[in-house]
Order: sequence, then structure tokens, then C-alpha cells
Amino acid sequence: MQTAAQIPHEANYLEYKGKYKGIFAWIFSTDHKRIALLYLYSMMTMFAVGVLLGLAMKLELIAPGRTIMGPQSYNAVFTVHGVIMIFMIVIPGLPAVFGNFMLPIMIGAKDVAFPKVNLLSWYFYVLGAILVISSVLFGNGIPDTGWTFYAPYSFKTGTNLLPAIFGAFVLGFSSILTGLNFIVTIHRMRAPGMTWFKMPLFPWSLYGTAWIQLLATPVVGITLVLVALERIFGIGVFDPTLGGDPVLYQHLFWIYSHPAVYVMILPAMGAISEIIPTFSQKHIFGYKAIIASTLAIAFVGYFVWGHHMFTSGMSGTAQYTFSILTFIVAIPSAIKVFNWISTMHKGSINPDIPFLWAVTFIFVFMIGGFSGLVLGALATNVYVHDTAFVVAHFHFIVFGGVGFAFFGAIHYWYPKMFGRMYDKAWAKMGWAFFTVGFLTLYSPMFYLGMMGMPRRYYDYLPEFHAANILSTLGSWVMTFGLLIIVINLFRSAKNGAIAPINPWNGKTLEWTVPSPPPVENFDEIPVYGEKDGPYNY
Amino acid sequence: MEKEKHHIVPYKVYFYILITLIILTFMSIGITKINLGGYSVLGAMIFSTIKSVLVLTWFMHLKFDQPLIRFMVGFVALLFFAITFITFLDYYFR
Amino acid sequence: MENATLHSDPHYDQEASKLGMWLFIFTELLLFGGLFLVYSIYRFLNPEAFKLAGEELNLTIGAINTVILLVSSMTIAMSTSALQKQNKGLTIFLLEVTVMLALIFLINKYFEWGVKFEHGIWPGSQHLINDMSKGEILFFGLYFVMTGLHALHIIVGMVIIIVALNKVQKGTVNAGRPSLLENAGLYWHLVDLIWIFLFPLFYLIH
Repeated sequence: MQTAAQIPHEANYLEYKGKYKGIFAWIFSTDHKRIALLYLYSMMTMFAVGVLLGLAMKLELIAPGRTIMGPQSYNAVFTVHGVIMIFMIVIPGLPAVFGNFMLPIMIGAKDVAFPKVNLLSWYFYVLGAILVISSVLFGNGIPDTGWTFYAPYSFKTGTNLLPAIFGAFVLGFSSILTGLNFIVTIHRMRAPGMTWFKMPLFPWSLYGTAWIQLLATPVVGITLVLVALERIFGIGVFDPTLGGDPVLYQHLFWIYSHPAVYVMILPAMGAISEIIPTFSQKHIFGYKAIIASTLAIAFVGYFVWGHHMFTSGMSGTAQYTFSILTFIVAIPSAIKVFNWISTMHKGSINPDIPFLWAVTFIFVFMIGGFSGLVLGALATNVYVHDTAFVVAHFHFIVFGGVGFAFFGAIHYWYPKMFGRMYDKAWAKMGWAFFTVGFLTLYSPMFYLGMMGMPRRYYDYLPEFHAANILSTLGSWVMTFGLLIIVINLFRSAKNGAIAPINPWNGKTLEWTVPSPPPVENFDEIPVYGEKDGPYNY
Repeated sequence: MEKEKHHIVPYKVYFYILITLIILTFMSIGITKINLGGYSVLGAMIFSTIKSVLVLTWFMHLKFDQPLIRFMVGFVALLFFAITFITFLDYYFR
Repeated sequence: MENATLHSDPHYDQEASKLGMWLFIFTELLLFGGLFLVYSIYRFLNPEAFKLAGEELNLTIGAINTVILLVSSMTIAMSTSALQKQNKGLTIFLLEVTVMLALIFLINKYFEWGVKFEHGIWPGSQHLINDMSKGEILFFGLYFVMTGLHALHIIVGMVIIIVALNKVQKGTVNAGRPSLLENAGLYWHLVDLIWIFLFPLFYLIH
């Protein structure tokens, strides 16, 4: 590592020239900011694939009967769509991009605790993605089990499941190592004077998330290994003919995959908790309550997984235990929404792009959350389980939650990351088209689900036709909005106006360093005094 | 925190822990001769728990480390037991 | 919870290294935890079959292997003290003993599994599927997976210890910079911990 004397004083992390040249300066870099961008670009690539698969599904569903593909293909498309979106987009999500970029800066550190492990995390991400892609390109058929890989079909299907399972396992490793890195970073590398309760809320959310990444992911890891062994050797652990219980697979799978949704949403909420005070020019309302809610969600979230399994044959005791716990875990999320709104109240609102995303985040997240209550109640769950209602629910809460927060975060931190400001008119237009398209795409699915349209079917009854047309149209409008957003951000990186150091008048540490930041973030590690703290408006 | 670096555990402490562990191992084998019925798992697990506490506390240095790590170990253990317990709510009441 | 502190060598934070290793250990605990969960459910559902199947296993070899791992835990723990006392020769000797014990464990396991295979018992074998009850099939499935995964961790542990041994030899791991050895030790104790639970669950069901 070079000393301060050797690094040119003005070199920002984008321009910095070190030991390696060209692309190697990026793929061998242990600089958390470069790694964040590596994640951003690889995730964008996989997101594009995932979006195309989603569009293909919507196109198939624009009319009953076969439109562009038959049932086997449809099963493959929704499987790969799910695997990509879950394991490669929303789980790495904000931590991989904004956590990596902003966490060290926001706590006054020069990098994360283990920079080489950080790069290794990204290598695992790429390897995992390659493995999943290889399951599509090679072998006996594209995986068709759904991203949930339910037994017994997952060990009976003739499709090329092993690379996909192995890919998901490797991606899990990426997640674990990121979580590990962030926990140690937050424990050991906060700037002098930055006590736990002076740390901003985005790092807090990353902390809660990191514990889930660390403790829950190994469970799905071993579950996937067991499925692979079941496929190869027939050990019997999930095979009823050999004494196994497929419902036990579901337990193990969801013991990870439910906490995983909190991995998705907590950093998203953390970003919103940064944007709203800045754009209200006011201290966040209930700073400690938000921290407590974050930790409560992370903790209680471990115990609700059975709400994915109400109709699987679980005991009645398990059913109502999971239902009660599910209702309990909703409470801290509601506390957060209350606090965000209270922050805005009597604040000096700056309705700029990040704020627009934050407000629509709250809107779609609430819709997703309320629909979750319908699913969490036993009586109504029986009615809408495995219908389009569920699809609407999780797209509102996960895509709505993580997606809107991600776009909010990128529009918030973009000037810091790239040193340029994007075109605001185009950004607003992108937001508008995306939001309208998103609502049009997913809202009909609530109705369709309640009317009885099953999920994961390539066909449906004629009475569902009109709502499906509307939904598919929504997918095109949303994609149009997406294109505007992405193209605007790309072009502005070269052509945008040079960004000032603190365009939004934020009060957290990243707004005190140059845009873009120098390689080691700070010339001198900041020291927090008695009166210092985030959100000190 | 700096104190820990200078505290060197004497070899014989490790040796005594080993002897205790071996005695507990043979006790756990011996106890299988007694018919405890449904509680035989519990009996075995009690021995394993005591042995693992010894390994964690002395071999793995938890006794001399910052309390934070002890807290984390306890938390992880509790989490695992809670998850196991809840899973059993399904199977026990089917 | 303590505040972050500046260290004299900004690139070596022993506490961070230790914390990182413990966090990794937690992931391993949950990884095996998943398997223990599966075991506990199936044992609950098939108590008699598990008892019957358990009698196929050789208690003596299991007990010997348990003692071997316990001793090896002691030797590697002692090696960290030896390193702190700057007794390089003793450190290396203790690490070599640890590796030897690990090797013996693996050899025992090799023979144990070999005996099973000779009796026609392996996952998916005809004897297993045709002649045994479902509970017994599950028992042996879990036996091979859990002891197999454990053996894999023994191999990885041996590699880590050999690397540490090498660096102690070279002097890059020393009393002032002991993290690699201490973390190797933690990993090894983890492997021992897992066996402490595996042993009674598979060998002591009577």
C-alpha cells in the first residue's frame, strides 16, 4: 500500500494510476469505491437480462394460450428470471454498490476492514453469475423449478440444475463475505468520536443486514448442497420414497430466504433514511427508534419463514405461530414509515429527484406491506397463495422497495461518485414513466390473484385477459422509463455539469470529501466532537 | 483490550482442560449403558454442551477475549436453538 | 461496545482479524447447524430406526477419533502460547503433531467408510434401498453427508495449519503478528466442536 507521500494529492479514485493498467486496474483493485462500481456494472448487466426475461413473460401473458412460448419455456423463463433478480440483483443490491462505496466514507474510514476479501466477494459474484448462465447455455435444458428449487421436483427434473444450484451457492458466499467485512468495518473502523449513536442510519442498516447475510445464508448453502447430493447420490433427505420430507426442504429454504428479504429491504430503508433528512433539511425524526426498528426487523425476521408455507401441510400450531410473528415483524417497518413522514413534517422540502424516488418508495412499499398482511393472515392466505396476488405483493415490496430505493440512492450519491450532475429533466421524466409503468404492471395482479389466476402458469382463463393486457402494457411503459433513467445516468457521467462537493446540503461525512473522492477518501481522518453528528441541521 | 495480548495461557491449563474433556467423553459413553428412554438425547447433548463450553472458553480463548465476542457466540447459539424449536412446532404437532 | 481506536500500524489490527475469524466461524456453525436440524427432525420421526442403524457404527473407532481431535485441539492451543513465548521450535513441533493427528483421524475415517462400503452401505446403494427401513436410509444418508462434510473441513484445516506452520518457520508469523496462527487455531477448534456433537449423535444412540 502506498504512503500518502506517494499518492498524488489530487488523484480521485476514478483517475488514480497504480500498479495495474487498463481493465486490470479495476478487476485487481481492492479500492472499495472501484469494487462498488464493478458490482454496479455487473449487476446492471444481469439486471438487463432479468428485465428481458420479465418482458418475455409479460409478452406471453398478454393473451391466453400460447403467445410466444409454451409451458416448458415459460417455466424456464420464470426460473432464470427469479434466480437472477433474487440472487444477483436484490440481495447484493444496495450493500454491494452503495454499501461498498459509501460505508467507509460515512464512518470516516479509508476502506473496509478486509479490502482483499472485498474483491474476492466480487469475484464470487462473477463466478456465481457465470455458473447460473452456464446452466442456461449448456446441458439438458434450462432449469424449470422456479428460483425456489422445491423438492422433490428439484431432484427429479432432468434440466441442468446443478450449475444453477452451485451458482447460487457461490453467490451466497459473496454475500457472506460482504456481510463479514461490513460488520468488522463498523465495529473497528469508525472515526474517533463517532460513537455507535453518532453513526448515520445507512451504516446502521448495513450493520443489521450484514448479520442476516452472515447467519442466514449458510442455511441455504447447506440446503442447496443437500439438493445437489440428492440429485447425484439419492441420500433420501428430501425424498419421500426414501423417508425424507419435502416440507423440510421448504423449512430450510425459507429459513434463509425469508431473512433474505430483510437483507434486501433494510439497506433500501437505510438509503431512504439518508435521503429524507437531507431533502427535508431537518434532523431525522426518531433516530434511535429507526435503529431499534432496524435491529428488531433483522431479529424477528428470522422467525417468520413459515408464512411461505401455510398450505404445505405444517401443523396448525406452526401456522398460527408464524402468522402472529409475521404480524409482529410488520410493526417496526411501520414505525420507520411514521418516522420518515414525521421528518418531512415542517421540514424545508427540496423536491429534487432523490426525494421523488423516496416518496414513491414509501407509497409502493406501503402497498406491498399491506398486501403482506393479507398473505400473513391464515384465512386469506389460503385464498391467494400461489396466485398472481403473491406476485404483485413481492414485486411491490421487493422491486418497489429495493428498486425505488436503489434509483433514489443512485440519484442521491451520483454526484459524489462520478463528480458530475445528471440532467434533471430527463431524470424526472424517467422517474415518472417508471413509476406509472410500475403501478400499471403490478396493480392488476392483485385483482387477478384475488379472482383466482394462478402464478407460474403460461396460460389463463379468458376472463383474466383484460387485466393482463393492462399489466403487459405497464411493463413496456416501465421499461421505457428504465431506459431513460439509465441512458441519462450514462451520458451525464461524461457530459454532465461538474458537481459541487455538497449539492444537496447533506450533513453526513461523504459530503465533506471531494466529488469524486480521492483514493484514500480523507486526507486526514475526521474527528467527531461532542456536538457533531449526522443530520445536525 | 491490550491486556489480552500479554496474557499467555500456561501449557498445563490446556492439558488439564484436555483431561477434563477426555473424562467427559468417557462419561458420555458410559451413560449410554443406563436406559434413559427419551432423555438419552438430552443426556448426550448435555455432555456435548459442557465439552463445547470448555473448548470455547479455554481453547478458543473466549475467557480472555472481549465480552463482545462471548455475547455474539451466545447470540448465535440462541438463534440456532430458536430456529430448531420453531421447526419442531411443525413436526411435534402434526 | 468500544469506540474505534487508531493503531500504531494502521494495516494490522489484531482484534479486527480475530473478529473476522469468529464471524466466519459463525457461518460454519450455521452451515452444520442446518444439518443438525435435519438430523434432529428425522431422529424425532424415526427413533427406533436411528437406534438400529446406529449399531452399525464402530464405537471404538469413533471414541478414538474423538480423543484424537481433542488432543489435537490441545496441541494447537499450546502452539499459540508457544508462539507468544517466542519458542519457535516448540510452536512448530506442536503444529506438526496437530497435523499428524488430523491425518490419523482421516485414515480412521477412510477405514470406517470402507467397512460400510464393504457391507453395501452407501447413499443410493441397493442394499440400503431394498433392505433397510426409511429411518435407516436417512440415518446413513446423514451419516455420510455430515461426517463427509466434516472430513472436508479437516482437510481444509490441515492445509491452513500447514500454511501457518510455514509462516512460523519463515518468521512472518510471530509473537508480534500472531493472527494467522490464532485464527488457524480457532478454525481447528471449530472442527473439533462439530465432532463433539457428531460423535454422540451417531455413535452413542443406544
